[in-house]
Amino acid sequence: MSIRAKFDIRRGDFQLKVNLSLPAKGVTALFGPSGSGKTSILRAIAGLDFFEGGELQVGESTWQADSSYKKPHERPVGYVFQEASLFEHLSVAGNLDYGHKRVPKEEKRIPLDSVKELLGITPLLSRMPNELSGGERQRVAIARALSVSPRLLLMDEPLAGLDEKRKQGILPYIESLHRELEIPILYVSHSSDEVARLADHLALVEGGVAEEAGPIQEMLTRLDLPLAQGPEAEALLSATVAEHDDEFHLTYLDSSAGKFTVVRKDLSIGEPVRLRIAAKDVSLTLAPQSDTSILNIFPATVLEMAPLGIAQVTVRLDAGGTPLLARVTKKSVSALGIQEGKEVFAQAKSVALLA
Amino acid sequence: MPSEADFLALGITLKLAVVSTVLLLLLGTPLAWWMARSRSRFKFLVEAVVALPLVLPPTVLGFYLLLALGSNGPIGKLFESLGGSSLAFTFTGLVIGSVIYSLPFVVQPLQDAFQAVGHRPLEVASTLRASPWDRFVSVALPLARPGFLTAAVLGFAHTIGEFGVVLMIGGNIPGETKVASIAIYDHVEMMEYGRAHWLSGGLLLMSFVMLAGVYAMNGRFRMVKS
Repeated sequence: MSIRAKFDIRRGDFQLKVNLSLPAKGVTALFGPSGSGKTSILRAIAGLDFFEGGELQVGESTWQADSSYKKPHERPVGYVFQEASLFEHLSVAGNLDYGHKRVPKEEKRIPLDSVKELLGITPLLSRMPNELSGGERQRVAIARALSVSPRLLLMDEPLAGLDEKRKQGILPYIESLHRELEIPILYVSHSSDEVARLADHLALVEGGVAEEAGPIQEMLTRLDLPLAQGPEAEALLSATVAEHDDEFHLTYLDSSAGKFTVVRKDLSIGEPVRLRIAAKDVSLTLAPQSDTSILNIFPATVLEMAPLGIAQVTVRLDAGGTPLLARVTKKSVSALGIQEGKEVFAQAKSVALLA
Repeated sequence: MPSEADFLALGITLKLAVVSTVLLLLLGTPLAWWMARSRSRFKFLVEAVVALPLVLPPTVLGFYLLLALGSNGPIGKLFESLGGSSLAFTFTGLVIGSVIYSLPFVVQPLQDAFQAVGHRPLEVASTLRASPWDRFVSVALPLARPGFLTAAVLGFAHTIGEFGVVLMIGGNIPGETKVASIAIYDHVEMMEYGRAHWLSGGLLLMSFVMLAGVYAMNGRFRMVKS
């Protein structure tokens, strides 16, 4: 099952050409700077805005084509707006029941009780929206979007209006959605932190075009895309917790690239985690170094190189099947004889564990 | 002491206000909804027409209504062709006059209330499977509730206080079209200050009790509005 979206979005001076093929599975981030039109794409998919000539195919069903257009209330989506936008005249329970009772019985795949439990809002049910904190409101909004058992969950920067602490409070809930419910999620964000933590796939929305999409690890490291060219370029790795070292307070992680060592984190053995490695923190050597303070060193093959500015080069590496980025100077490239296909060792000075 | 005629006038006033308010809400709600949501180029014309009674002297409005409702007027003719009699100097005529005269007092608070609701709650409702009519009933109406209270009070109060239009089209038929405001005028004309006091005081008290009651209720709903 996949989502095919083709829109020509025009509004005044604004123009966005959308031609995306997205997997209807996992979390797909629509990623791009503010004002790039990410929300417009989401609204077009939900049917809130109509764009002449658009095409939208979600799995087997056609939501928009030349001759057909499903109205928003006929589309099995859940939509989480940037502001919680709760119905102020209804209690939390009333907000959740609103959509739930309008869905035909045979389409109710997700029990309302499990939604309430998943988002931790059972204790809030009798409250009115104006008695909730910002984080609670957003959790209720997410639960409400799930109450209709959507085939597709659309989330428009659901964390944008919240402070860091609240964000950290809600992220685990969104992660659990992803794990516990088999609903594909389209997640609009301009925060690379959120994307790195949540997304499996990434669609790039930038410069009036949204055409490039793919698995996030690949998209982050593609040298022909702006993501790998910016100062924040980074690679994402999946790993599992292998073992804890109580003597040195470290945690060891297994990944396809090799064994990672990070400062001890309270995680259970076998738990899947994500690692984030910035290109500027990766240096290259020709032989494995033993007399270094750097713990995370892996054999890798140079796949591709792209110049960055006048003095630097971004190198795309393959480390045991996982793409990795390194940022080195042109001088080092020349001194070490780095070229495509060269076997090197990548040293990661710093690894961020996302969990 | 008030006479039976005074009570009759008070009763007609109340009946006129109740009937007019109900009709005003029924007519004003779709009109205000359209005015709050429409992007039509000609919306300004409709808004101007609805607001006319605010600026026109009641006698002007009453004069035209008298012409329109009479046996030779378009509305009067229509009504007669349907088997009725001329509408001028009848209670039905008074109701038509009051509805037109009080329309802006009902439509404007409703329009403001619908505009305050905004698009977002309705969009949310549409993503929660609510059809357009369903969204209107289950989201727009309850969220605009304070506006309905204001509209009903203003419509009711304005009908009670109406004088000029009633005088022009209702005449002064006791038990039929003689409302309290005209009865008071008659009493003062005939120097019956005592009876004028009774009626005036009665209207004053009635209006105060009604307004106080509504504002007390509105206070309880303010929580919803904020």
